[in-house]
Amino acid sequence: MKKTYKVEVDCAACAEKMADAIRATEGVKDATLSFMTLKVKVEFEEGADPDTVMQAARANCKKIEDDMEIYL
Amino acid sequence: MTPKQRKTLIRIIVAFVITAGLTVTFHLVEVPWWIRVPAYLVPYVIVGHDVLYKAFRGICKGQVFDENFLMAVATIGAFCLSECLEGVAVMLFYQVGELFQSIAVGKSRKNIAALMDIRPDYANLLAEDGTTEKVDPDDVEIGSVIVVNPGEKIPIDGVVLSGQSLLDTAALTGESVPRHVAEGREVISGCIALDGQLRIETTKEFGESTVSKILDLVENSSMKKAKAENFISKFARVYTPIVCYSALALAVLPPVARLIFGYPANWIDWITRALTFLVISCPCAVVISVPLSFFGGIGCASSRGILVKGSNYLEALADTGTIVFDKTGTLTEGVFVVTGCHPAQGWNRDHLLSVAAHAESASGHPISLSIRRAFEETGRTVEPEIVSDIHEVAGHGVTALIEGKRIAVGNERLMLKEGAAVSCDQPEGTVCYVSVDGVFAGCIHISDVIRPTSGEAMKSLSAQGIRTVMLTGDRTEVAKRVAGELGIHTVRSELLPGDKVSEVEKLLEEKEKGSCLAFVGDGINDAPVLSRADIGIAMGAMGSDAAIEAADIVLMDDDPAKISLALRISRKTLRIVRQNITFAIGVKLLCLLLGAFGIANMWIAIFADVGVMVIAVLNAVRALKIR
Repeated sequence: MKKTYKVEVDCAACAEKMADAIRATEGVKDATLSFMTLKVKVEFEEGADPDTVMQAARANCKKIEDDMEIYL
Repeated sequence: MTPKQRKTLIRIIVAFVITAGLTVTFHLVEVPWWIRVPAYLVPYVIVGHDVLYKAFRGICKGQVFDENFLMAVATIGAFCLSECLEGVAVMLFYQVGELFQSIAVGKSRKNIAALMDIRPDYANLLAEDGTTEKVDPDDVEIGSVIVVNPGEKIPIDGVVLSGQSLLDTAALTGESVPRHVAEGREVISGCIALDGQLRIETTKEFGESTVSKILDLVENSSMKKAKAENFISKFARVYTPIVCYSALALAVLPPVARLIFGYPANWIDWITRALTFLVISCPCAVVISVPLSFFGGIGCASSRGILVKGSNYLEALADTGTIVFDKTGTLTEGVFVVTGCHPAQGWNRDHLLSVAAHAESASGHPISLSIRRAFEETGRTVEPEIVSDIHEVAGHGVTALIEGKRIAVGNERLMLKEGAAVSCDQPEGTVCYVSVDGVFAGCIHISDVIRPTSGEAMKSLSAQGIRTVMLTGDRTEVAKRVAGELGIHTVRSELLPGDKVSEVEKLLEEKEKGSCLAFVGDGINDAPVLSRADIGIAMGAMGSDAAIEAADIVLMDDDPAKISLALRISRKTLRIVRQNITFAIGVKLLCLLLGAFGIANMWIAIFADVGVMVIAVLNAVRALKIR
């Protein structure tokens, strides 16, 4: 399953780090973040619950960069 | 400016005024260091407290190497060396650069979004009592009636029930000449009604309408990343750690070496050089400029009616060496006209046309349509009940039973199968043979019209160094004539529909390594070829879901000249991308080198960080304005 979320992040290098963090979250198969449209497209593993996974992904992102937001 | 940006601007101004005041005062009055340093700390904290806080948070979380940390270390380092003014100035300069970058990126983001803004805000839903109500397009059900007033966007695809108007399709096709629509015509969302009120019965939901599909496609295009973008991400991942470790080495190794060889260590000098390194280590300038350029290129293309589904396709298009065209419907109008009707001996013209039109009555092929149209122009109508057993033989033609007689209408191969000996002079155009019970009955000449812009398009593609190839199921003579007229380099003719895929595969093997092959078709019958080629380009896709689905690049109107424009946009975008990569990395490496030798000071280091970024962003914005 794929879902798109709006994100807020200030610099392009941070956006890259954020995408890495989301990708590393359990239950995420792949994630692509576009700094230009400020959107992230997340592909979930089979059977994963998007809401819980995204909460975890958001926490992971906060760990590396405070100044960002994923709108769930 | 966003509130966040405005706040930063105010902080910068306040800090600047205080710093300037302090500098002038200390110039006039001699003060001891324990007054000077805390005084400078005031503007420093005002302008840089968020950087310091973020750096602190970063350290707590083990994320040491981010730019906030670097700026904090560099500026606190300056304070420790009692270069207070420099510390404040560096932080000020850094914040100005960040602010400028944030504004520039936000602005180009908005510009590009505006180019793509075809989203309708509301629909005027017509109630049964004749009143209209403004509703969200999402809430309009299929089969509802909506009213579009002059100047309004058509929000949902549908059919005109009443009214007529000129439609501005520029947002979809880039075409400035308006189209006229009236009752019974299909209209697609995203067009603007210019001079008349239309009542439209919707045939799709908003989510399935053309405008939604296009928005979706364009918004997702930056998700498909180009090779250059992936390269930059990888580069950024290794660049920062390498520079940071080099900085550490630069701070420690030379002084130690000097001590060993009996010289004074000069710790301060080497640590300053290392700090310069740290400031240069942020890869932001490089990381941002590449996707921004692609985004600009895609935005520019979509404003001209060329939808590119991903940065990777824009990149591939720039490397294209061969473009393969389908003839019918792409280089030609795809509208056939019967130009001659030549009965064999013992047959008359009317009868010949009549059997052909009846045999073709169930086919949607352009040739069939033209024969039926010619028949209807003689004042008669097709009676479907007299025809039975219609078989369409792909690449050959049609066979059918009419009043007990076996009729075959098609090309020479079909006649051969039927055992009919053809005799017909070969004029320009396509020839359609007719046989009755295996006996040749005559032939019908049909011509297709070449699109007015095809010749110009081929000429400019050749000038751009592209090898052009034309594939067609048509006879070789016709194909050669069209190719000669248009200046196409290679022709492959008399192909069955299945042959086109294998021809494209052959061409894919022939092409040079590293160059790409694009296929241009109308997206109706050539989906397999579109997906087999490196880049599939569908033309005349306005309102055709299949074409939008199958292709990588979609031309909303049917002008072949747009292909040359798309090529120009892709090449220029890639040139900007390369310029930015070389420039940003080049300047950074140069500054690192100068920094290591102690030539570059903190100011040059900051330029290498924010200055380069601003220049790269401004350069990237040029991709928006390609003509």
